[in-house]
Amino acid sequence: MDVLYFAWVRERVGHPKDRIETNPATVMDLVNDLRAREPRYEAAFSDLGALRVAIDQELADFDASLTGAREVAFFPPMTGG
Amino acid sequence: MDIRVEDAAFDLGHETNVFATRQSGMGAVVTFTGIVRDLDKGALSAMEIEHYPGMTQKALESIATEAKTRWNLGDVLVIHRYGRLHPDEMIMMVATSARHRVDAFQAAEFLMDFLKSRAPFWKKEVTQDGAEWVAAKDIDEDALKRW
Repeated sequence: MDVLYFAWVRERVGHPKDRIETNPATVMDLVNDLRAREPRYEAAFSDLGALRVAIDQELADFDASLTGAREVAFFPPMTGG
Repeated sequence: MDIRVEDAAFDLGHETNVFATRQSGMGAVVTFTGIVRDLDKGALSAMEIEHYPGMTQKALESIATEAKTRWNLGDVLVIHRYGRLHPDEMIMMVATSARHRVDAFQAAEFLMDFLKSRAPFWKKEVTQDGAEWVAAKDIDEDALKRW
């Protein structure tokens, strides 16, 4: 599964993409796995209220299942327009 | 429906003209254009716009499709740029056509409200002192509730 980061989430993590070989059940499980990796992930994921998540390019919730997911993306609230 | 996500500048007059003249039986065309605004203190050197290439087009199409189900529209055009832009450059435009102006106006407002908070773009303001991500505003999230 590919995990993508955008905007300041990407800057805090330090790169735009990770490939995850484990199979976390939910987005929250994935977040906890990432947080345990290194302090920079903890810095990126310290305030989940400031983050949004998309599963396979559709907005989702942090308790959403990752069964069958190929791509998960984390980013701050969007500022288009 | 014409949805374009691109880094190149667009010609507002040309796009509006092409959109308006290809309509048939539509009595109203409404356009909105977003422009890079300088900071209040006047120090913006650039606005960097990042997006999520795999998702952006789909998200915009889904917002436009929703607008077409809610209002009696002829057509929808959305152009949104990404990359490094400078003050007074055009960032994006929407155009709607409808038989009557109320549908065209309301759909354009709806498109703008959702495009601000539900399309995966992120803006970063660059000044001489550094660069800062633009924070999403509560007022923009609240704007969705009226629809």
